[in-house]
Amino acid sequence: MPKLNVNGKLLDYQADEGTPLLWVLREQLGLTGTKYGCGIAQCGACTVHIDGVAVRSCVMPAAAMKATQKITTIEGLTPNGTHPIQKAWQALDVPQCGFCQSGMIMAATALVKEKPNPTDKDIDDAMTNICRCGTYNRVRAAIHVAAKEMAATKTGAKPKKVSELGKSVLDIQHIDGSQA
Amino acid sequence: MSTTSNPSKRDRTNTDTAVAKPSRRTFLKGSAATTAGLVVGFHVPFFNKQAMAQGIAAAPISPEVNAWVVVQPNDKVIIRIARSEMGQGSLTGLAQMVAEELECDWAKVSTEYPTPGQNLARQRVWGDFSTGGSRGIRGSQDNVRKGGATARMMLVQAAADEWKVPVSECSASKSVITHGPTKRTTTYGKVANAAAKLTPPTDIKFKDPKDWTLIGKRLARLDTVEKTTGKQIYGMDLKLPGMLNAAVKDAPVFGSKVKSVDDTAVLKRPGVKKVLRVGDTAVAVVADTWWRAKTALDALKIEWEDGPNAKASSASFAEVLKAGLDAKDAVVGHSVGDARAAIAASPRKIEAVYSYPHQNHVCMETMNATVKWTPERCEVWVPTQNGEAALAATAEAAGLPPAKCEVYKIHLGGGFGRRGATDFIRQAVAIAKQMPGTPVKMIWSREEDMAQGRFHPVTQCKMVAGLDDKGEITGLSMRISGQSILAYVAPQNIRDGRDPVVFQGLNAPGPEASIGYTFPTFLVDHAMRNPHVPAGFWRGVNLNQNAIYLESFLDEIAHATNQDPLALRRKLMSKHPKHLAVLNAVAEKVGYDKPAPAGVFRGLAQTMGFGSYVAACAEVSVSKEGGLKIHRIVAATDCGNAVNPQQIEAQVEGSFVYGLGAALYQECTVKDGRIEQTNFADYPSLKLAEMPKVETVILAWGGFWGGVGEPTIAVAAPAVLNAIFAATGKRIRDLPLKNHSLKA
Ligand code: FES
Ligand code: FES
Repeated sequence: MPKLNVNGKLLDYQADEGTPLLWVLREQLGLTGTKYGCGIAQCGACTVHIDGVAVRSCVMPAAAMKATQKITTIEGLTPNGTHPIQKAWQALDVPQCGFCQSGMIMAATALVKEKPNPTDKDIDDAMTNICRCGTYNRVRAAIHVAAKEMAATKTGAKPKKVSELGKSVLDIQHIDGSQA
Repeated sequence: MSTTSNPSKRDRTNTDTAVAKPSRRTFLKGSAATTAGLVVGFHVPFFNKQAMAQGIAAAPISPEVNAWVVVQPNDKVIIRIARSEMGQGSLTGLAQMVAEELECDWAKVSTEYPTPGQNLARQRVWGDFSTGGSRGIRGSQDNVRKGGATARMMLVQAAADEWKVPVSECSASKSVITHGPTKRTTTYGKVANAAAKLTPPTDIKFKDPKDWTLIGKRLARLDTVEKTTGKQIYGMDLKLPGMLNAAVKDAPVFGSKVKSVDDTAVLKRPGVKKVLRVGDTAVAVVADTWWRAKTALDALKIEWEDGPNAKASSASFAEVLKAGLDAKDAVVGHSVGDARAAIAASPRKIEAVYSYPHQNHVCMETMNATVKWTPERCEVWVPTQNGEAALAATAEAAGLPPAKCEVYKIHLGGGFGRRGATDFIRQAVAIAKQMPGTPVKMIWSREEDMAQGRFHPVTQCKMVAGLDDKGEITGLSMRISGQSILAYVAPQNIRDGRDPVVFQGLNAPGPEASIGYTFPTFLVDHAMRNPHVPAGFWRGVNLNQNAIYLESFLDEIAHATNQDPLALRRKLMSKHPKHLAVLNAVAEKVGYDKPAPAGVFRGLAQTMGFGSYVAACAEVSVSKEGGLKIHRIVAATDCGNAVNPQQIEAQVEGSFVYGLGAALYQECTVKDGRIEQTNFADYPSLKLAEMPKVETVILAWGGFWGGVGEPTIAVAAPAVLNAIFAATGKRIRDLPLKNHSLKA
């Protein structure tokens, strides 16, 4: 039986020839955080990491993946949404409907891994995901907030809480203990 | 009927008026219904189990205090939200409003959706579920605050009863009840059971707005974390035990039928269970996985009877609409004096014809619904903007009384008006009905979603202004020719041939969609022309094109008469102080009195709709090669009471993405009776790199409740079009911009 290396686990799957990785993740491995938006590599909703690089899984045949290639989905990014990008997203209330956001976050985490201090131009070039709700300006702001936080923790600063992150950017009131 | 919904407003903006008309008596008998206010906490066992497995917030076990509020023994508060969350943030805003009057601890608040079936069983205790027309907050503010206040009074009463003290000596704050004289305290969780047994009070006073501690706060959304971890479950993600998946293809030519289907090869494919007819117009493949269903459907040989619309095209529609510009059969929307005579008698006239194309909503999540049908019961899990209409549609399609049906709402991956319609729900029920006992999840491919939209209506508009010798306007006339949304979705609301929604933003002075100018004479009328492409409510609705027509044409008049566009507007707006205030706020924030940076040009627009006043100024530059860059947009909104300003800002920003994507790129063209565009490759959206800086001014002077999800969209295009004219001298009168060259 073919295997996929997903979120640190080697998993068996069965699929007809040509089945995109997206649909194996969603329908066989139960990882529905990765979304379908277009099926033709246009929208980015299906973005996952393959060996740390952002890839649109809707056009990637599952059969093309070797068991040595490490696939990370939104579920495997962090156990509780604590990647600095996710925390910045929470601090700035980036998502609206949220449907594009797994893909956005996977694209953004790949970007800051490659370019820890991305310029606006870097963000323009990397973040080509479609968001119909229109969260783009907060996406940009949150990437900058996360990059700054990552740089700070690298030099030994204690990681900030979501309620402290990006305070000056939008000044959203986070109440500790609430769902948000 | 909710006590708060204003029927005229509902008519104007309802996304689906097919509200259930069940026999209430049968329904009450047939279900475990309770009378409003009594202490039976409802939960839906089947959904509850599934929901927990799926990570959807489980229904509560604790009894409710009233329909809106559940308080658990550990003081956790569950607030019930009737309106759908589709990104607009009203889930959080509505919870803020209940919590404000409830005086509960915000940190302990979570939310859940009551079901449409429960609403019917309980005399619509939650009021209207429909979520469209930017009515989420403004349409239920009274009802939800009453729910919170009533629950608070019952909780405080229960504490007073327990202490045997007068209720007037007790007060509540942050879920703690205090007896003033003795300083004794208890919490909501401790008295919730007793409170739930009390008769709800009827004399309810709302807090004075100056005492608000939650309404008006920049609070974080309640649904953000799940949306950053992939844990949020959307309709498309549902998995029920034994569930199969369906892919569907409806007739590409609207109104045509299936002639024949050859399913021999497809039925042999692995995992394919059935090939089904859905009504006379559609075909579905049911398989174990959706990918198998979809690829089998693609391989299926279907022949269509294309019918009378097989030759229709966008060009043929345009001809029909053009003839409507001078036709006799128009219905007046708003008229002041005799504009035609005044214009005819004027020494100078300006005339221009504008148009607006068909557009698809392209919700990020394509249409889908999951249905389990048995001869006894039909259950539907669906992202819908209108739970009650979904229930009515389910009952009809299932062939069962509403009491034997239920709809479970799921957060939407975008709605924008599309999910107020119930076509896809009927389709999913029709599929599941042919698979009794098996839950079936139907998902549309993006291609199906593009083909089967409920499109932004097409219209053309002839604008004529009369000018006197000094260049002052003597009269303005607007002839709108084209589609009526109501003709497709709620023809019963068209009276004497008049679709009132057509005139959004051009109505006589009043609280809804009123024009912000006073002209000596004015006329807007409508020649209804309805091509076979189904129209629907598309975020911003008719305000979108009406604002383009009026705001662009006023810009034309300003330039033709050598007046500054802001000065001209101010002159015409003196009797419209609210409209003027947002425009002035924009002018001030953008620094209109100083020139824009070198090479940058400004354009203005203002309008009023969905209960709010909005204005924008766009700053753009156009390169010699015709490349457009939108640098900055300053926008102002007066929505009366601003419940959560940071979410209003999010809606304003999102409105520019939606409106600018439409203005720059989006057009659904019709050829051979069908939509030509198939996916994002030929129907682009605005991307992050093109997104201008947006600076939002919120004017919240109170006194009314206006919507925020839609109005700003209408000023996006005209502000940019007017700025493009300032930059290039090119007047764009039909969209999208991609069809025009801005090259010098
Ligand atoms: S679903 Fe893969 S890019 Fe859109
Ligand atoms: S948040 Fe809705 S599509 Fe991006």
